[in-house]
Order: sequence, then C-alpha cells, then structure tokens
Amino acid sequence: MADIDWHYFLELLVSGVTKGCIYALIALGYTMVYGIIELINFAHGEVYMLGAFTGLIVAGVLGVMGFPETGILLIGGVVAVIYCSAYGFTVEKIAYKPLRNATRLSPLISAIGMSIFLQNYVRIAQTQDFLRYPNLIPDFAFLEPISDILRPSGFVIIVTSSLVMAVLTLFIKYTRLGKAMRATAQNRKMAMLLGIDSDRIISATFIIGSALAAVGGVLIASHTQQINFNIGFLAGIKAFTAAVLGGIGSIPGAMLGGIVLGCCESFAAGYLSSDYEDMFAFAILILILIFRPSGLLGKAKVQKV
Amino acid sequence: MLELKGVCTYYGNIQALWDVNLTINQGEIVTLVGANGAGKSTTLMSICGAAALRRGEILFEGQPIHTMRPDKIVRLGISQVPEGRLIFPDMTVQENLDLGAYLRRDTRNIARDQEMIFDMFPILAKRRTQAGGTLSGGEQQMLAISRALMAKPRLLLLDEPSLGLAPIIIRQIFDIIRQVNKEGMTVFLVEQNANQALRVANRGYVMETGRITLSGPSDELMANPEVRKAYLGV
Repeated sequence: MADIDWHYFLELLVSGVTKGCIYALIALGYTMVYGIIELINFAHGEVYMLGAFTGLIVAGVLGVMGFPETGILLIGGVVAVIYCSAYGFTVEKIAYKPLRNATRLSPLISAIGMSIFLQNYVRIAQTQDFLRYPNLIPDFAFLEPISDILRPSGFVIIVTSSLVMAVLTLFIKYTRLGKAMRATAQNRKMAMLLGIDSDRIISATFIIGSALAAVGGVLIASHTQQINFNIGFLAGIKAFTAAVLGGIGSIPGAMLGGIVLGCCESFAAGYLSSDYEDMFAFAILILILIFRPSGLLGKAKVQKV
Repeated sequence: MLELKGVCTYYGNIQALWDVNLTINQGEIVTLVGANGAGKSTTLMSICGAAALRRGEILFEGQPIHTMRPDKIVRLGISQVPEGRLIFPDMTVQENLDLGAYLRRDTRNIARDQEMIFDMFPILAKRRTQAGGTLSGGEQQMLAISRALMAKPRLLLLDEPSLGLAPIIIRQIFDIIRQVNKEGMTVFLVEQNANQALRVANRGYVMETGRITLSGPSDELMANPEVRKAYLGV
C-alpha cells in the first residue's frame, strides 16, 4: 500500500468522533431507560428531534430580539433541555406507566406509537420541509490552524458532550439519586424494600435521558445547520445501535459504543463510499446481535433459576 | 406492634395465604416456621407492601399499612432482609450500606451506626470497597442484615437468614439477632431451621400451605410432639 494519507485519516477520525459524541448522548437515554425498566424507548429519537426544534424556535425569537449568537446557543440549549425533559417525563407517564405490569411487548408497541405520534405532530405543527438552522457557533481563533480538520461546531460538540458525560458519570456514581438509580437497575424489588420509590426513579431516568438527547439535538442542529421532523428516526436507530454495541444497560458502554459507531461510519464513508455509511451502521448492529449480544462492555446476563 | 388480621394473598389466581392472623408485640422476637413453600416469604412480602392483599388487613401500631406503597412502609420503620439476600452485586459494600440508609437524613447518626455495624461484622469493614457480588454467602448475609439495620428500623423482618450458611456463621448471625433485639429492636424471624429459630424466639407460629396451624411460646412449641416430629427431626 502506498503512503497513508494521515491528514485524510485525521479528518475522518475527527468527524467520526464528532458524530459519535452525538450518538453517545442519545444512546445514554436508551441504555439508562433499558437498564431500569428493560424497555427500548423508541420515542427517544423523537425527543432529540424536539430538542433541535426547540433550539431553532428559541434562536428565531432571540435572533429577532438581537441577542448575541453564543447567548442564543446557550439559552436555546437550556430551554431545549427543560422542554425535552418535560416531554420525556410526560411520554413515560402516558405511554409506559399504565403498561408497567403488562407483557413486555405492549410498552414496546406503545413506544413505536409514541414515536410516530411525535414525528407527525411536529410535521403538522411545524413543517415537513428542511429548515435552515442558523450558525450560532463563533469561529475560535485557536482553531484556525487546524480548521480543515476540526470545525468550530465539531469542537463545541466534542467538548460539550465530554463535559456532559463526565458530569453524568459522577452523578451516577456519587449522588443519592444516582445510587438509587443503579440499585433500581440491579434489583428493582430490593430497591423498593429499601424505601426507594421506583416510580420516581423511572421518571428521573426519563428526564435525564431526555435532557441528554436535547443537548445532542441542539448541538447537531448547529453542526449540520438543517433539520426536519424526521431527523430523530435515523439518529435514534443509530444511537440504539450504539447502545447495543456498547452493551445495552451499560452507561460507559453507550459512550464507547457511540464513539466507535461514529468512527466506523466515518471511515466506511471515507474509504469505501459514503453511500454505505448507513448500511455500515446497521451491518454492525446485526453482527453484534449475532456474535456478541451483550455488547462491548455489557455483561452476559445469566438467567438464574 | 404489628398485627395481621385475616390476611389472604394471591399470586394471580393462586391463593398463597389463607386467613393469616398473627401478632408481634414491641420488643419481642417472634418466629414463623414452616416448610419450603408454606407461604412464609409471602407473609413478609405482604407486610412490606410488595404483595397485595385480596382480603384482610395489616396494622402497624394500629395504623393500616396494607394499602401503602412499599417505600412508605419502610419509612414507618419496617425493614426486611429478604430471602436470597438480594445484595446489589455491582455496588460496593459501602454503597450497599448507603442504600440501606437511603431514607435517612441524619448524616452524623448514619456514620455512627455504620461504625457500630463494622464492630459487629468487622469483615465488612475490610470488604468496604469490594463489589457486593464478590462476597461469600455468609458475608452477603451479614451485609444484607447490616443494610437493613442501616435503615434503623423498629421492626426487623428476616427471611431465612441461616439458609445455606456454615454452622459457625449461623451462630454468629443468631447472636446478632439476639443483640439487636436486646437493644430494643423487635424482630420477626422467618425460618425453615425451626430448631435455631425457636431457641432464639419468644413466641412462634407454624405455617403449613398458607395457613397458621399452631402458635404459642417457643418452649411450648418445642415441646409439642407434632412440631418435634415435623420440624425438629426428633
């Protein structure tokens, strides 16, 4: 083989990590919910889409009022987080809580229904066309020399996601709520016997997961600069792939799975053909499900009799 | 302190408890003995609100608790050490203990209680940063009891604490039961090991296929020919 084009390689790597961070943020919501109630929340991708839309609406309003761009991005992010948390909380109460004691298929179908509902609700309430998203991320002077590899938006995505994931990790490890969440995931009945209110833990999980997806939504919209009602579908399925890749139920697994998936996609697109980008992600999903269903960091579940 | 009146509990359509009547007085150690599948664990789960009653009522200090959520019942001062210990396997010993004190806010007393527990079970202090799942069966049982004690309950429910343990560990666990009782905690002990259980308890109940068939002071039960034959292997 001839010389390796390192510059091109780096470019692909950075773009893979950038995308991977977004997948990881969304994948965390899938994995945390699965860890607690063993449900794949298929409406989760829609929450991410709602985050992007909320950011856009806030940007529109504040833009007219003449706010500075960074301020718009920050406020948009905060509003999206609050709004999407409320959505996550409500979706759980409406679509999953009444089915808590039903067979496992019922909440799954309910999740798919919720996803279709949210997509079409945004399609009707907003528009089905692609909307342009303003560029809210300033040009950082120190990124000038490597601007052909790392765009400012990529930089913001990587830094913000790393920060958010670090905070989440510390939260889960050290806080009272974080410990209660882990306990509920490991043994819901025992957690209950210790006085942990599982309904509250489940709500908290949906709220946190949705907040993370909202951050992802706002970030990705500023990166690709266009959104529509359908962006949650593909991103959701890919983030789900990332969660399975890392080991569904595992928080570090979701982070790792997201980054690995993002890089795989990026390299496949760069070295093979960009037509294969999506196909590659799903090929990974199928291979993982066949050869290592517990994922990279997940533990094989031993069914005790 | 605790009173079960005509309690009937079902699993689906299968009736597990039939008209169970049972009283536990403040300061007592009361035991419920019976064979595997007699309904002993179901009785405890009914008390804790984890299994819903079809009929009957459960009163804790005169207050009906059978309609309460499990976490509210813990708040009233009832803690259970469940069958099989149910340690959180991926959490450290320390975290398991922290979760025992989940509902408590008195940080200073929590630290003091934990010291007391480490005095009772020094091995747990040594294992503090180890994952619960890596502990031996005996250590897990100690941790399960300690976790329940961290909630500082007034009524401690124990489900088969001697199950699968070496005799020396069993003796240690029963010593601890006596000790916490002496310090004022009321204990309700469910056991298949009737011999040990009746020796430590003030009073006992015998359960067969979901019904209470006998009850009385421990020494009376131990002298009862039926009990001797069925449970004491004499």
